[in-house]
Amino acid sequence: MSANPQRDEFGNAQSGQTEATNRFIFIPNLTSRHRRGRIWAIVFLASTIVGVIALTALIVTILNDSFGYAAIQFTVQPETLAPGEKTLEQMTCPELASLLEENISPNRFRQIQSEKPFSERTQRECYELVITEVAKPKAVETWPLFYSLQYRHELALYVEQKYPGSELVFRSWISKDFISSHQSSDPLLAGLRTAILGSLFVIAIVIVVAFPVGIAAAIYLEEYATQSWINRVIQTNINNLAGVPSIIYGMLGLAFFVRALEPLTSGTIFGATVSTTANGRTILSAGLTLALLILPVIIINSQEAIRAVPSSLREASYGMGATKWQTVWYHVLPNALPGILTGAILSVSRAFGETAPLVVVGASTFITYDPGNIFSKFTTIPIQIYQWTSRPQDAFRNIAGAAIIILLVLLLTLNATAILLRTRFSRRLI
Amino acid sequence: MKIDIKLSALQAGLASSKKSNGWHSIEARNLNVFYGDFLAVKDVNLNVERQKITAIIGPSGCGKSTVIRAFNRMNDLVPIARTEGEVLFHGQNIYAEEVDPVEVRKRIGMVFQKPNPFPKSIYENIAWGARINGFKGHRADLDDLVESTLKSAALWDEVKDKLNQSGLSLSGGQQQRLCIARTIAIKPDIILMDEPCSALDPISTLKIEELMRDLSVDYTIIIVTHNMQQAARVSDFTAFFTLDELRAGFLMEYGPTNRIFMNPKEKVTEDYITGRFG
Repeated sequence: MSANPQRDEFGNAQSGQTEATNRFIFIPNLTSRHRRGRIWAIVFLASTIVGVIALTALIVTILNDSFGYAAIQFTVQPETLAPGEKTLEQMTCPELASLLEENISPNRFRQIQSEKPFSERTQRECYELVITEVAKPKAVETWPLFYSLQYRHELALYVEQKYPGSELVFRSWISKDFISSHQSSDPLLAGLRTAILGSLFVIAIVIVVAFPVGIAAAIYLEEYATQSWINRVIQTNINNLAGVPSIIYGMLGLAFFVRALEPLTSGTIFGATVSTTANGRTILSAGLTLALLILPVIIINSQEAIRAVPSSLREASYGMGATKWQTVWYHVLPNALPGILTGAILSVSRAFGETAPLVVVGASTFITYDPGNIFSKFTTIPIQIYQWTSRPQDAFRNIAGAAIIILLVLLLTLNATAILLRTRFSRRLI
Repeated sequence: MKIDIKLSALQAGLASSKKSNGWHSIEARNLNVFYGDFLAVKDVNLNVERQKITAIIGPSGCGKSTVIRAFNRMNDLVPIARTEGEVLFHGQNIYAEEVDPVEVRKRIGMVFQKPNPFPKSIYENIAWGARINGFKGHRADLDDLVESTLKSAALWDEVKDKLNQSGLSLSGGQQQRLCIARTIAIKPDIILMDEPCSALDPISTLKIEELMRDLSVDYTIIIVTHNMQQAARVSDFTAFFTLDELRAGFLMEYGPTNRIFMNPKEKVTEDYITGRFG
């Protein structure tokens, strides 16, 4: 101890100088390591930022299209229709009906009346009839949101000069009417109702078909299948099918569900002779095709979830004299359920946004009535968006933007459900 | 070595010629277990006494767990495992063609190395086994069963106020006692324990050992353990397994615990229990 007064009895350095020397041992290594660490952190941050920018750009573009000024021209100015003291909005339904009778052809008037008598229509409905039938508004030009906000005054002047008599209104293309009205060739009137209903119908079939089949197949492959070459071939095939492009499933759907199984998918063997049937190009065909599309993904996901159930739990169950079925039903499935559901719902949201296979299967693009049953013709939201974006008029691009917002909201709802289910089930189990 | 071979041949001859008298709970006759082509356990002949605690000791990899898992056909769950020979349960070969492994496991329960209660409530952990075994009584009967089972597993006082809490909320030792309770709820004849205390602290271990002593009044218990003090403390009989040159495990010596520990016949056994090997 006296030989080395700078250290205490445990050998720890006592003087400042030795401490500094000891610390110095670590320094050369440290700086370069810290630098490498910082570089990686920056790379990761940059990647995240790229993702965030892409997402923001997407949202901004969509919002840009969904709102903005529109120059609307009327064939007949609404003010000229109501020369009296009352404006059109204040008139009662019978008054509006007579106005309508004066201005349109007798045939068209009778047609409207036979659809629904005026006595049963509300004032709002009558007013809208007058506007659409007589005033006939038309969006002659539209401008995106940011342009509208930036050049508000210039736009007003421009519209006054170029389209005299037209009205410049700030329009939200996404609205209650947009969701609730049917398809139309006029972008101001066209709505997403048919497409939303079509999507929901198709997804319902996907869920009914793909969930049970996929989960059951996963249970078989994980719990029952033995290690044989046939099962290995099946497994490999499923893994590969998950990567097959969706349009190929569309071809399969066309050949198999639409053509080969036409009596089934058009509903004729069930006696469903719907006048609107489309030779097998029905909601049922579309649903089955999309179910096939996501089936491999559901199977693989469910297998992962089942595999993640600890084998000690299975042993415990078997050790108590449970049968295989009891073990699977009471222990494996409940514990795998959060994972299975998450995977399944995420695959359903993939099916929700799928366009290509439905184009091949034969989605209709212009339907003006609700799908009545699973043997009806159909269109879905992504199909509708695709169709609208390929139209030349500006205004269709705006309603496509609005449709995209609705699609995204529905998808986010689905994903939120997945998260909610997962947390709820996992909480219950632990 | 020659004598050994002759002896086991003699035993084998005896085993095949003589019917079991049904006195022993479990009798292994020429039991071989393979994993694929690998012979894990060879030629085990072992008679387990009724309502006694039999400890299986031996170095790592000598097939203790394999043997105990062969006693209630848990090895069937391993796809590559293959069993030869006979395991007689009250004179009936559990590997016979007509025997359903599920029925075997109902009569020969098992407690595992790591406590593995079901992720359900404490109550459900006990009640589930009764339900799948066709328990048809009223809720009150089930309540009684749960209470009496937890009492015999010496767990009732600790959990009676939280029967609806998850089994996983208990401590490791309590979880293991819950697993034992779960096993005795289905009223087996034999309880197999595969290193039940290896994941527990000494106090929990002590409680489990006391519990085993209490249970041995009604049940036959076979326990695999790495802890020789535990085997000496708790068991009536001890079977010492070891490895041959091909790493196949075999039964070296079997007898009353006192004799095995105080006066082993085999040099290898003595080396092992005195800590000079393994």
